[in-house]
Amino acid sequence: MLELRHIGFVAADGDANKEILDDVSLTVNEPFVAITGPNGSGKSTLAKIIAGILTPTEGKIFLDGEDITGLSVTERARRGISYAFQQPVRFKGLTVKDLISLAAGKKLTVSEVCGFLSEVGLCARDYIDREVNASLSGGELKRIEIATVLARSKGLTVFDEPEAGIDLWSFQSLISVFEKMHARTKGNILIISHQERILNIADRIVVIAGGRVQKDGTREEVLPGLLAGRMCPALQG
Amino acid sequence: MDELEKMLLLEIADLHKVPDGAYNIRKNGEADGRRSTPHIRIEPRRDAKAGIDIFVSGETKGESVHIPVVITETDYKEKVYNDFYIEDGADVLIIAGCGIHNCGQATSEHSGIHTFHVGKNARVRYVEKHYGSGEGGGENVMDPTTDIRLGEHSRLEMETTQIKGVDSTVRTTRAVLEAGAELVIREKIYTHGRQYAKTDFSVQLNGDGAGADVVSRSVAAEQSRQEFTLRIDGNGRCHGHSECDAIIMDDAKVVAIPALAANSVDAELIHEAAIGKIAGEQLLKLMTLGLTEQEAEEQIIKGFLS
Ligand SMILES: Nc1ncnc2c1ncn2[C@@H]1O[C@H](COP(=O)(O)OP(=O)(O)OP(=O)(O)O)[C@@H](O)[C@H]1O
Ligand SMILES: [Mg+2]
Repeated sequence: MLELRHIGFVAADGDANKEILDDVSLTVNEPFVAITGPNGSGKSTLAKIIAGILTPTEGKIFLDGEDITGLSVTERARRGISYAFQQPVRFKGLTVKDLISLAAGKKLTVSEVCGFLSEVGLCARDYIDREVNASLSGGELKRIEIATVLARSKGLTVFDEPEAGIDLWSFQSLISVFEKMHARTKGNILIISHQERILNIADRIVVIAGGRVQKDGTREEVLPGLLAGRMCPALQG
Repeated sequence: MDELEKMLLLEIADLHKVPDGAYNIRKNGEADGRRSTPHIRIEPRRDAKAGIDIFVSGETKGESVHIPVVITETDYKEKVYNDFYIEDGADVLIIAGCGIHNCGQATSEHSGIHTFHVGKNARVRYVEKHYGSGEGGGENVMDPTTDIRLGEHSRLEMETTQIKGVDSTVRTTRAVLEAGAELVIREKIYTHGRQYAKTDFSVQLNGDGAGADVVSRSVAAEQSRQEFTLRIDGNGRCHGHSECDAIIMDDAKVVAIPALAANSVDAELIHEAAIGKIAGEQLLKLMTLGLTEQEAEEQIIKGFLS
């Protein structure tokens, strides 16, 4: 279980300070929790704060009751937090197999790596020895990113817009990736998404707007309102 | 051969035993074993210079030649000339390399001057590794020169690696390409401590359809210094591409000076150069997989130089 208590984040923006998150509190205790909200509302910032990449200027983070606010990225990863980046990182020289092995924390056999790649819809043979460099397309890179967190399959996994750039291999397969992952880990999966079909599988939906939690409730409570206000005037507030 | 020499051979040539095929092992200036084969002849030079002549017949298909150099004495300096005569149509793998283990206080130095005369339609893969070790204060110095003449429609692929223990090196590679010839160079260098490495490539694309692709990847750590200079001359309808990619760490210094010269309107020449520290987001990504910052750094460098 993950708990965020009164998280605030202020970024130094030139000479001025920019408040990006303001008093965000939420709990992730269900299998699937979705965060949604307008572009620039602070969702990825929140994901980075959970992973330890950014340090909140206010508030505390608890993982299974332990205060992890002061822990490094590495320590959090070792306690079971995984984070699939919105914009995956490219590496000159590291191959897909290297990266997935590092994620798994051990040397994987070719067939194990292939297993993860086919789960994300990549024909493994074509990718296993490729470098994770600029020659991969955006969608390929995104799938490999998802494969890295699959290979970890730990207690809490944060996906930052996993659907972005992914074609019609599609939502159904992506959703089955989440479901298999949950079946394996019995952990919690936090998905940042703009897609109705992903929000549809969430046990809970949190709406972030302007750096604050605007709504937080079960899917049944939150989704109808989101769909009704499709053009989102409500979200802008 | 003692354990130390075996270790050096393993480092530079992946050799666990006497290699199959043709070979010449040079140890502290002496020939320590030589074998010619029906297709590949190794002979002492006809002039007074140290070194060998290697004749590769046109019948050669998929054979290899190993010519490692091992130095285990301190204060030992040599200049060795090896000439390769590769006949039209041959297909050969050449594995060279130099390992110096210098336990003493004085400098040991090896300069290998390799000249390749590559015939028409021949295929050559040339693999060269430089390695140094030894706890003494004496420096290990290697200054390899590679001179390549590529005949029409021939191809030479050169992999050159220097990962450890070479205190000072100036690596000079010159190539002249005839029509349709192809040159591929992959260089990998890691320097640390107070090491110095300079690389100097010069490629003349003379014939129509000649092409060169030169890629250098290097990591400069601690107080080491690297210099990369390159010049490609396009003298006809040809294409040249070069890439110099350096990761800089700690207090290291890296200079890259690429030059392209197009002497024909049909020459297509491209150079890419990038020098920078390891990207923060690469470290972070690997840390989110549970690696420490140092482990992440090691993995990134290992991948980059592999
Ligand atoms: N270091 C920074 N300095 C200044 N502003 C920043 C910094 N980092 C993020 N921001 C701003 O913070 C806001 C929130 O960014 P964030 O990436 O968290 O948004 P998001 O909700 O993930 O958006 P999207 O849906 O587009 O992915 C944006 O306005 C962004 O420009
Ligand atoms: Mg975002």
